[in-house]
Parts: sequence; structure tokens; C-alpha cells
Amino acid sequence: MEILVCVKRVPDTAENEIEIKGDGTDIERDDLVYSVNEWDNYATEEAIQIRDNVGGSVTVVTVGDDEAEEVLRRQMAMGADKGILLSDDAFEGSDGRGIATILKAIVKKGSYDLILTGAQADDGAAQVGGMLAAMLDLPYASLVNKVDVGSGKTIKVGREIEGGNQEMSEIELPCVLSIQTGINEPRYVGIRGIRKVASVEIPTHGAGDLGLSADSVGTGAARVKRVDYFTPEMGAGAEILEGSIEEKIDKLIELLKAKGGLK
Amino acid sequence: MAQIFAYIAHKGGVVDDSAAELAVAARKIDAAAEVTAIVTGSGGDVDKACEGAAKLYAQVWKFNHADLAYPNAEIVRKLLTDVLPKDGIVLIPHDTFGMDLAPGLAIKLDSAYAPDVVGIDGMDGAVMKVVRQEFAGMAHAHVTCDTAAGAVLTLRPGSFQPENGAVSGSVTDKSGDIGDITAKRRFLEVVEAETGDVDITKADVLVSVGRGIEDQDNIGIAEELAEAMGAVVSCSRPIVDAKWLEKSRQVGTSGKTVKPKVYMALGISGSFQHLGGLKGSPFIVAVNKNPKAPIFQVADVGIVEDILEFMPALTEKLS
Ligand SMILES: Cc1cc2nc3c(=O)[nH]c(=O)nc-3n(C[C@H](O)[C@H](O)[C@H](O)COP(=O)(O)OP(=O)(O)OC[C@H]3O[C@@H](n4cnc5c(N)ncnc54)[C@H](O)[C@@H]3O)c2cc1C
Ligand SMILES: Nc1ncnc2c1ncn2[C@@H]1O[C@H](COP(=O)(O)O)[C@@H](O)[C@H]1O
Repeated sequence: MEILVCVKRVPDTAENEIEIKGDGTDIERDDLVYSVNEWDNYATEEAIQIRDNVGGSVTVVTVGDDEAEEVLRRQMAMGADKGILLSDDAFEGSDGRGIATILKAIVKKGSYDLILTGAQADDGAAQVGGMLAAMLDLPYASLVNKVDVGSGKTIKVGREIEGGNQEMSEIELPCVLSIQTGINEPRYVGIRGIRKVASVEIPTHGAGDLGLSADSVGTGAARVKRVDYFTPEMGAGAEILEGSIEEKIDKLIELLKAKGGLK
Repeated sequence: MAQIFAYIAHKGGVVDDSAAELAVAARKIDAAAEVTAIVTGSGGDVDKACEGAAKLYAQVWKFNHADLAYPNAEIVRKLLTDVLPKDGIVLIPHDTFGMDLAPGLAIKLDSAYAPDVVGIDGMDGAVMKVVRQEFAGMAHAHVTCDTAAGAVLTLRPGSFQPENGAVSGSVTDKSGDIGDITAKRRFLEVVEAETGDVDITKADVLVSVGRGIEDQDNIGIAEELAEAMGAVVSCSRPIVDAKWLEKSRQVGTSGKTVKPKVYMALGISGSFQHLGGLKGSPFIVAVNKNPKAPIFQVADVGIVEDILEFMPALTEKLS
């Protein structure tokens, strides 16, 4: 099975405090720690496991700048066979449709049975997988937390729905799936693994190679645009307890007693 | 002004809370709009759901078909692509079904797509200004959406306060317009979530841990605190994904809905999917080392500390 996994380099929200720049044009990016989008790790792991079970290959692809190459190497250190970087100034400012348009072009250059994305990325849009599928006219399932690959032309997938219930469906190949966390346990990648793939050649494609006209991607084509980041006026918010840790604990115990939080 | 449509989610004919929220959102786009509710389903269910929708919307379009009995996003997308005008504004709840349906629908209608909208500021000509959240809720953003060629929006559940006031709308049976809705994805069954050894939905006090617990070995620290408080341990999703606690302990939209009196959120950032599982306005205590964590916006009491120091210290004081 030939599998393509779409991955994105994002600021690691578990590691960073996100600060908005004074003028609201962006977040402070200077000291940000970046990593692979959490959901994409599960997608890559799933692809590797499927390949190890039924054969084939795993290609990871990202749309980003030169620095995005590091996430491809990381996924190759996990076990992906190939990486492809899609990078061009013309891609900047793309909305979800723009990103899906770029990814569609690379899908058309290959021959994939299965295309995986993460369920969502840093802007919480959860859109690229579904858009890509519709552009390719392929069936799609989102929030997938189980994939059963047999030998036939269909596979069985589980989708996570409300309350943690699982919706089982049968879906024809080729198809696009967006992968939900928890589907597997992504393997750990050490420094040594990354070093092993440090010198592997990663092909880069721009708009020209992909046959994309400048008006189909980038800021110009975007119909959805971020104007600014802002800090919302907060309601009352929490009463923040001040003082030493002992003082906070004493105050909290009082409050808990009053609210029935202690037996 | 473009026509506005709202997709009505329902279960067995009972319309979801999102139906009323979408009606409020539609009025923020155009106060004078006659919004059309779209109800798909089969048999008695769809009639009942239409009745529910007609209390909220002036017009209801009913689509009744055996293949619509269970909402399969591919089938519903095909149907909507056929029956909706290309330049309409389509509102869909940002739930697990909406996430499955909406991005592809936007492509097929060749419309702009604004996902997971939490606020609508209004229209300036054909340009709609909406509010979204990025970076796990740590940054808010104003976003413009050019609706000239149509737009699909998904709206975050709970973001638009439903208003009172009943409408008595008319239902039009549009089932005759249903064309080819065969799909390459076929629904098989729903497998119910497993039940665990504890029922966190019955607990009065929950000691809930998130990714801030950092390591499986630290779960014991939370268990000790829960014991000292006479509480039950629950958690956010990453703890279950990592298999540090079982799924039945997870609070949130894809976990359990809990109604405790007191909720201790320890090292939990406060994502909307997590908070979606908290009902009945509990007294929320948040402990987080990041003073900007979104959880502090909804908590009653906030403590900026490292939970790995705070929890043992609190346990010690209590015992
Ligand atoms: C469709 C869907 C459904 C979902 N359903 C659910 C659900 O049901 N339940 C759920 O919880 N999530 C759910 N999620 C995931 C959700 O979006 C968040 O990713 C998740 O809730 C984050 O969990 P967290 O707050 O524990 O982790 P993070 O967001 O990583 O937050 C960790 C917090 O801990 C703090 N911290 C770190 N170390 C310490 C320390 N030592 N002391 C104190 N504080 C510390 C950090 O400042 C941070 O605020 C769902 C996501 C999707 C897409
Ligand atoms: N720039 C990108 N390059 C490659 N894949 C992406 C990119 N942006 C989003 N994706 C894929 O789409 C998924 C969902 O992201 P989003 O729709 O942006 O929330 C991600 O998990 C990735 O798999």
C-alpha cells in the first residue's frame, strides 16, 4: 500500500506560552519551540504500522518554509521512507483551500492508495483533509481512531464521535482519512534516529513544478484571511490566589470546605 | 443579502442544542434574514426533527430518505451540494459530524470555509468578520471570510447563547429533490464506549489531571490527593491517549460529561472539547504554571503553581 502522510510544523503549545505581538499582526515567534503537529505523529505512526503489516511505502509531505524540512526528517526517523517539501513564496498566506490545492498537486504526481492527515493542526481548523478529499473526489472519513486494512478494495475505519463512541464504516480505496489522537502510540524518536536521516536528500517542489498558477494559492487566492490576533475582554475570570504556596493552600482549603469539596 | 441555511443535527428526531445556537448566529449575520433549516433523516424521526426545527426557524426543508437514517457525511454532502444555491451561507455545528461534512461541502459548493467560529462580528458588504481561536485557545483572531461566492461556517457548540421566543415555521417536504446519493463510504455500526471500574459522572468532587502531570509515574500523586479529599480522579484526553488512565476517566466531548460540585483542573489548559464535558456549573479550581492558560478564564479560583509541587503539599496539609 502506497501511503502519503501530510504533516505540518507548528509551535508546540504544550511547551510554549503563546504571546501576541503588540500590534496584533502575529504571535511572538522568536523563542518558540516548534514540533510536528501532535495529530500528524499519530497519522505517521499509523501509516508505518500499515506498511509494516501489508507492505508498500510511506511518504511524508509538508507545505512550509525551509525550516519545515526538520519535521519531514523527524517523521523519516520514525520510519517514513520518503519526504517531500513543498515550498514557494507564492504559497504564503494560503488559506485551508490553498493548502489543500497545493497538496492535491503532489497527490496527482504520485499514485497513493491511502492519504492521511491529522484531525487538526495549530489553528484548530480541521479542514485540510476533508478539502483535499473533495478536490480529489475521493471518499473521506475524519477523526479516525481505527483502521483495518485487509486485502480488498475497501478498508474498515472507526471514527470517534461524541461521548467516545465509535462509528464503524467501510470505505473504498483510495481514500483520505484524518487521524485522531489515541489511535496508536507514536514511537519515540531519539537524536540518533534523526542523525541517521540527516543527509537524506529531500526533494523540494515549488508552484512551477506543481503546475500551480499564482492565483490559485497564496494570499491572493485566500477567501478566508486572518486580520489580527487579539486578547478578548475577559469576563470576571478566576480569582487568583496570591502569596506563598502555604498561604494559597490554606486559602484553598477554606474555599473547598465552603463549597463541599472536602469530606 | 445571501440566503442563509442551517443544518439541523438531531438524534432520533430530538434536535440538538446547536439548532438554537445556529439560529442566533444567523441573526448576527443578518438580523432580517429568513433562515432555512435543513433537516435530513428518515421516517418518523425526520418529521419529529422538523417539528423541533420549526420552533426555531421560519422555513424548514425536509429531506426524507431511507439512506439518510444515519447521518453519513458523504451522503449528506452530496444532497446539500445538489439542493443548495452556490452563493448561500451555510451554518453547521462544529461537532464530529460537522467536521466530517463541512470542509468537503465548501469545496463542492466552491464556497469559502470558516471553521470553528466562536463569534460573528457582522458583514461589511460581502465580507463577514468572525472570531476564531488558535493555538489551543491561547490566541483569539479576527478572521474575514469573503462570502461573495458563498460560504460554509462551522460554529463551535456553546459559543452562541440561544434566545427565548418561539417561531412557528413552515415545513416544506423537499424529498423529491433528492438525487443520486450513493456513497463510497458505508456506515456499519456504532460501537459504544467501554465503561470502566469507576463512574466519574457520579462523583461530587473530581481531581482532574492533564498533560501537566508530565509522567505516568506522577499519576499516584493525583490519586493520593483524591484520597485525601475524598474525591475521584479524572483526566483530560492526552492522559488517556498515553494510556496512563483508562478512557472512562476522560472528561470532555469525546469522553464523559460530568456534573461535580467541585472540579479541580490540575495541569489542564482548558480546551473547549475538555470544558464541553463539564456541566452544572461546578466550582472550578485551576492550578496551572502558565498564568495565561485559558482555563483561568472559566475557573472560579486560580492558582499559578507547578502541580507536581502543589498537589503533594495540599495532600500533606489535608492528612
Ligand atoms: C474531536 C476532538 C475531541 C476531543 N475531545 C476531548 C475530550 O473529550 N477531552 C479532552 O480533555 N480533550 C479533548 N480533545 C483534545 C483537546 O483539544 C486538547 O488537546 C486537550 O484537552 C488538551 O489537554 P490538556 O489540557 O491536558 O493538555 P495541554 O493543552 O497540553 O495543557 C497542559 C497544561 O498544563 C500546564 N502545565 C504543564 N506542566 C505543568 C506543571 N508542572 N504544573 C502546572 N501546570 C502545568 C500547561 O501550562 C498547560 O496549560 C479533543 C480534540 C478533538 C479534536
Ligand atoms: N502546511 C501543511 N502541510 C502539510 N499538511 C498540512 C498543512 N496544513 C495542514 N495540513 C494537514 O491537515 C491536517 C489538518 O490541519 P488543519 O486543517 O489546518 O487543521 C494537519 O494535521 C495536516 O495533516
